[in-house]
Amino acid sequence: MSLLTGSVERVGKRTTDDVEYCGALARQFWNSLRALSLTLPMVGNRNRWKTALAQMLHIGVQAFPMVTLMAGCAGLILAMQGASELRRIGAINLVVELVTIGFTRELGPLLTAIAVSGRSASAFSAEIGTMKVTEEIDALRTMAIDPVEFVLAPKFLAALVVIPCLSIFSDAFGILAGGTFMKIAAGMTFGVFLRSVARTLALRDVMIGLVKSLAFATIIVQVGCLEGFRVKGGPDAVGRAATAAVVKSTFLVILADVGFTTLFYLTGGV
Amino acid sequence: MVTSVADPAISLRDVAVSYDGRRILHGVNLDIARGETMVLLGGSGSGKSTLLRQIIGLERPEAGRVTVNDIDPGNCSPGDLRKFHRSIGVAFQGAALFNSLSIEENIALPLREHTRLPESTIRLMAWLKLAVVGLADAGKLSPQALSGGMKKRAAVARALALDPEVLVFDEPSAGLDPIVAAELDELILTLKRAFGMTMVVVTHELASAFRIADRLAMLYQGSLIAVGTKEELQSSTHPRVRQFLDRVPDPVAETYRVDEYFQRYLEGDSPK
Repeated sequence: MSLLTGSVERVGKRTTDDVEYCGALARQFWNSLRALSLTLPMVGNRNRWKTALAQMLHIGVQAFPMVTLMAGCAGLILAMQGASELRRIGAINLVVELVTIGFTRELGPLLTAIAVSGRSASAFSAEIGTMKVTEEIDALRTMAIDPVEFVLAPKFLAALVVIPCLSIFSDAFGILAGGTFMKIAAGMTFGVFLRSVARTLALRDVMIGLVKSLAFATIIVQVGCLEGFRVKGGPDAVGRAATAAVVKSTFLVILADVGFTTLFYLTGGV
Repeated sequence: MVTSVADPAISLRDVAVSYDGRRILHGVNLDIARGETMVLLGGSGSGKSTLLRQIIGLERPEAGRVTVNDIDPGNCSPGDLRKFHRSIGVAFQGAALFNSLSIEENIALPLREHTRLPESTIRLMAWLKLAVVGLADAGKLSPQALSGGMKKRAAVARALALDPEVLVFDEPSAGLDPIVAAELDELILTLKRAFGMTMVVVTHELASAFRIADRLAMLYQGSLIAVGTKEELQSSTHPRVRQFLDRVPDPVAETYRVDEYFQRYLEGDSPK
């Protein structure tokens, strides 16, 4: 009996903890939306915009080599796997279509989000967690500076700008890698490749990809920062928070992607 | 023990705080007069840091009221809350300087955030604050390049940036060698003479406490057990105050439990 009540209690505790986490995430998201306007250039606080620019370098520009390399490799993999099957039905020329649709709708934004989540979500949580442990967050509050506005909002704005940009580059490098494979494997000329891409590339797909990457950017920043703000205790808690930030943000990115794809599938788009 | 004064700068009324169902503060009443240096004494776990967090508005008490210059941070308009925070400067135990900014930028941060002063004025003011704490040449350094004592002085300079009416120190001499700790005491006394600020200092260093205090308040297990001047505290007969001032240890080693263990072992009753 006690075993049963014990497990029921654990399930209940876990559920209330998760609900509480979602609530904290929603509250932080709302606060950061309000703080976001203060981060904008011209109308907002000049110092926040400068921080946001620095964050764009960290989150975006420095991730560029990794993201494009990952996209190139994934493009090659997709093209090779596709070619081995399509060749059997004599449709190897469809590989470019496969890679173009695959990347613009799905792989570009998803791969970018996973790469950025690994690089930046952990960095956000470690940075904020350390500030929490060293009382810097408390110091901000005693100076009447809102930590969400000061620390989170510039990262949020930066991610909302650079993650869609990275997704576009990821799309481009994935498709180019597919084209390179076709050049080597089937001798496809650049002109034919470009015509195939132009025929397949749909503005709607690219837009859906961008909407997704905005959602992914939000997830990565909010989860990464929340893990940091919730750090209690010492340096070991900072390490745990960094791990939790990567695990949770990657999981939520994929979960959100399932949601989006289902939505677009049901509305007949995909 | 006199806990109330007329027209106090800081007033605590029946302040009670619990963490995870455990009572940390049991209805604390205390007034701190304008221009007074109040030292909060107490052992580890006595609740003095918790009390400090209530005073600087980082936490709200579960019951009771904290007011600083008649503003209750738990129950006031956003404008008043801003005024509240601007009227209090806090020097944290670990200095809490922002590592991504230089010392000068750390001091300038509250000025940049809360004033519209031109950049040249802000830099001059930051330099002046650094000069007050004896760090005039350290402005360009990063916090990592500073020693423990210098960091604490830089933290004081940042706390002074907006010319607060109340200055709060959390364990100013913790982790410092006696000479640097004494320098920090002198700095506190200098600030008191120069600016006439109200100061609240949390510490458990007796020498430092008696050097800087106008009045002292002693916490024991979440309750105030003594409030008074140095002389009043030194002549106190309260057993816990005496124990603290005379540095008498509580029995720590549980030798009776070891004896009990062996006794049961010898009797053949295998102990857990």
